[in-house]
Order: sequence, then structure tokens, then C-alpha cells
Amino acid sequence: MADQFRAYLHLLRGQARSQAAYRASFTTDLLSTATGIVFDLLTVVVLFRATRELGGFSLTEALVIVGLSASAFALADTSVGNIDLLGFYVRTGLLDAVLVRPLGVLPQLVLSNVPLRKLSRAGIAVAVLVAALWQAEIEWTPARAALTVLTPLAGAVFFGSIFVGSASLNFWWTDAGEVSKAFTYGGRDLTAYPITVYGAWFRAVFAFALGFGFVGYYPALALLGRADPLGLPPWVGWASPAVAVVAAAAAATVWRAGVRRYRSTGS
Amino acid sequence: MGSVTATGQAIRTREVTDQVRTFSALAAAGFRRYATYRQATAAGVFTNTIFGFLRCYVLLAVAAGAAGGLAAGYDREQLATFVWAGQGMLAVAALWGWAELADRIRTGDVAADLLRPVPPVVSYLAADLGRAGHAGLTRFVPPMLVGALFFDLYEPRRAQTVPLFVLSALLATLACFGCRYLLNCLAYWLLDLRGPMTLWTLASGLLVGLYFPLRFLPGWLCLALWLGTPFPSLLQAPLDVLVERDPPAVQAGIVAVQAVWAALTLAACGWVQRRAERRLVVQGG
Repeated sequence: MADQFRAYLHLLRGQARSQAAYRASFTTDLLSTATGIVFDLLTVVVLFRATRELGGFSLTEALVIVGLSASAFALADTSVGNIDLLGFYVRTGLLDAVLVRPLGVLPQLVLSNVPLRKLSRAGIAVAVLVAALWQAEIEWTPARAALTVLTPLAGAVFFGSIFVGSASLNFWWTDAGEVSKAFTYGGRDLTAYPITVYGAWFRAVFAFALGFGFVGYYPALALLGRADPLGLPPWVGWASPAVAVVAAAAAATVWRAGVRRYRSTGS
Repeated sequence: MGSVTATGQAIRTREVTDQVRTFSALAAAGFRRYATYRQATAAGVFTNTIFGFLRCYVLLAVAAGAAGGLAAGYDREQLATFVWAGQGMLAVAALWGWAELADRIRTGDVAADLLRPVPPVVSYLAADLGRAGHAGLTRFVPPMLVGALFFDLYEPRRAQTVPLFVLSALLATLACFGCRYLLNCLAYWLLDLRGPMTLWTLASGLLVGLYFPLRFLPGWLCLALWLGTPFPSLLQAPLDVLVERDPPAVQAGIVAVQAVWAALTLAACGWVQRRAERRLVVQGG
């Protein structure tokens, strides 16, 4: 166990060193990734230029939701987001090399390419969350403080499960890359808005059945002390860790089934 | 003398027909190539459709909260059409993900392109138009149908709108190809294009009017983007033409601006390509 841990640590350190070696590339990567989240924020602000409220929420309230969703997504994207290269590994048969090593398949794939530049995104996302919470003048209680810390972490586990689960589709369907994006990046966009804006069936499928509604929207209601316009009780704001656990279990099952199904290209 | 001129004319005519034939053969090959990626096409349609629902619901919520139900002058039907046609146009113009040329430059394969009797800009453009034709059938129509099934879409009222839209979509594809080609050409100088590619993906999504119609921005900024950058010509232009956001004269003016940008970007491609070829020799390629 300790040996395995050391091996993973070596992989991660090697990654960090190789990325820092190309300084100019690293800096442009860092800047362009940071630009991404700035543009996401700009989109929300621009939408509020045209309207005073979105789905019954003010700009400040919407930014609390954006902050929660963006921090969760950025953390997941930094740590396991690169699993979306799985299609390439399966198509080319490169996964063979990973399978023969005496380490876990998923940790190897994830650690072989940790994009440290995406940390800039996570940093900005957390800053946005803090600023939005400040602006929203929340009545702080120990419970709410705990919820503020817990929600992005649970959300990161949830998005990580979405990344792994949707990437696993590649084991069955080698050109599924685009479909995964509907759930990963689509999920990020979906959780950035109050779920009251969506049509009833769309909300039932994505926000409730697939669980995206518990990443940002319900925790934000609990922090802001607002009743749910859709009628769910206040404790739902605390459901995100449980939802994350269920999602992680489902992703693990799909991933295992996929690895077992994998057949090499034979080349 | 007369006969000499006549022969010269005949040769020139044959050259032109040969060039047209080569161009259409390359375009047909581009069409066939994408017709074989059926899984990828289906996956792309699925993803565009999910994002279509997302963006449509959000923009309709903006309209619901806006004064008079008009968001930056668009009514609900216009917004829905804007979103769904935009999801299709995204694939037709192929805003994202084209790095074929950059990869060939990095690996040196581009040397083979330079040996061919057709200039690289022309052969890549022909193949791209074939791809766009395929996308028009398989990537534009399905999201529009889904959109029409779930939302009230805007029906154009002017006779000239549909032909203008087709022309505008073609010009958007040409200008978008120009931008993508120029971006890929950076690889002649930089080799590693990851940073610029990411920046392009992020900036273009916002500035072409995909995330929200550009008219949500302040008027002066919107005008500066239209006239000073090619971005609005890549996506917002055909959509504004389709939903008849402006009076007929402005509608035609939008297409004229697009034509200027398509010409400018394609001319820039030719110029950069010539500079790059000299540069490639310096590298020993």
C-alpha cells in the first residue's frame, strides 16, 4: 500500500516537473485557463444586463450558485478532468501499456496528466464564491460555514464521477467523446443557473434524476436562507454529499464494467 | 494572330474547368470523409441538442424577466430560433476543434501538402466546404427539428430571408475557415499551439454570439466587434439574418460585412501561407 502510494507520488511529481520545464507554455496555459472562467462569469453578468432577475433570482444570488458550481467543477476538472482522453487511449490501444502495470488503471491515467494550469481556474472560482457570499450578506452560523466548505468538495466528487462515468462510455462507443461533453461541460453550465429556469421534464431528468440540482442550487438556497420555489424542504441543501457518494458508486461500477469489456486493438 | 489568341483562350478555359473540377473533387472527398464518421456525427448532434435545451431555457428565462418580454429586442420565438439555429451553425462553420493543419505542421507531414499541384489554402478550403455541406445536412437539420418540436420557433416573414441566410451561412463558413487556417498557421512559428487553441475556443464562444446574442452587450462594444473583428460574422450574422432582427437594409448590410471579412481572412491565409513556406525551408523541413 505504502509502495503504491509512493509510486503515485512519483508520477505526480514527474508531471509537475515536466510542466514547469516549459515555462512559456505553462504561463500561456495558465492564463488561457483563467480566461475561461472569467468569460463564464461575464456571460452571467451580461445576461443580467438584459433582465433584473433570472428564474426568480437576483444577480448576487445567481453568483452564489455560479461560485459553488464553478469551484466544484474546477476542482474535479483539475484532478480527473483529463480522463476525457480515454477515447484516445482506447482507440489507439495505448491502454494496454497501462493495464500491464501493477497499479490501478484509473489512478495511473489520471496522474499521468494532471493539468496543474487548471488550478488557476479553481482559485478564481473560489474567489468568486467568497465574493458572492460576502455580497449576499449571509447570516453566518457554524452550520452554514460548514456547508460552504463541504459543498464544493462534494460537488467536486460528483463532477469527478460524471467525468469518469461519461468517459467510460468510450469502452463501448469509441467516438463517444462528444457525448461525454454534454454531461461534463453541459453539467457545468446547467449547474451554473437556478434550476427554476428549466422546463419541467428537463429539470426532472437532469437536476433531479441525474443529481445536478444538488451541486449548486439547493446548497445555495440553504446558504441564502431562501425557501425553494419548487417546494422541496430546506434540508435538501445538505443532500449534496449523499448525492456525491451515490454518483461515485455508480461511476465506479460503470468504470469497472468498461475496463473488463476493453479489448485491445491488437496493434 | 487571331488563331493564336483563340488557342490561348481555349487553353485558359480548360485550365479554369480543370481547376473547378479539382476543387469539386476535393470538396466531394471532404463530404465523403465526414459521411463515414457516423458515430461522431450522432454524438455531436446529441451534445449540440443538450446544449440547445440549456441555452434556450436560460435565454427564455432572460426574456421572461426583461421589460416587455423582449431581451435586447428579441422576442421569445426569435431567441429560441437563435439558439437552435446557432447550435447547428456551430457545427456547419466548425468553430472548434480543427487542428489538422497544425498537427501536420508539427509532425512535418505538411511537406507532402506543399508538393501537391494545388495550393494548400485551396485544397483545405475545398475539403472544408465539403465537410460544411455534410454538416448542413446532418448537424444543422436535426437540432432544428428538435427545437421546433419543443419550442415555438420564428418563421421568417420576408421572401429574401431564407436565400440570404444560406448565403450568410456560406460566408460564415468561409470566414471561419479563414480564422481557423490562420490559427493553425501559427504552428509554423510556435509548434505548440495548445495555449492559443484554448484561448481561441474560449474567446470565440463568447465573441461569436454563441453564449448570448451580442446585442446583450453595450451598443458601442457590439458595433466595435462587428466592424473591428471577424467574430460576429462567424455565427451571430446568419442567426440575426434568419430571425429578421433588423430592417431589410441592415439585414443585407450584415451579409455585406460578412463578405468583407471572408475576403480579408482568406487573403490573409494566402499571404501567411507564402510567408510560412519560406519559413519552413529555414527550418529545414
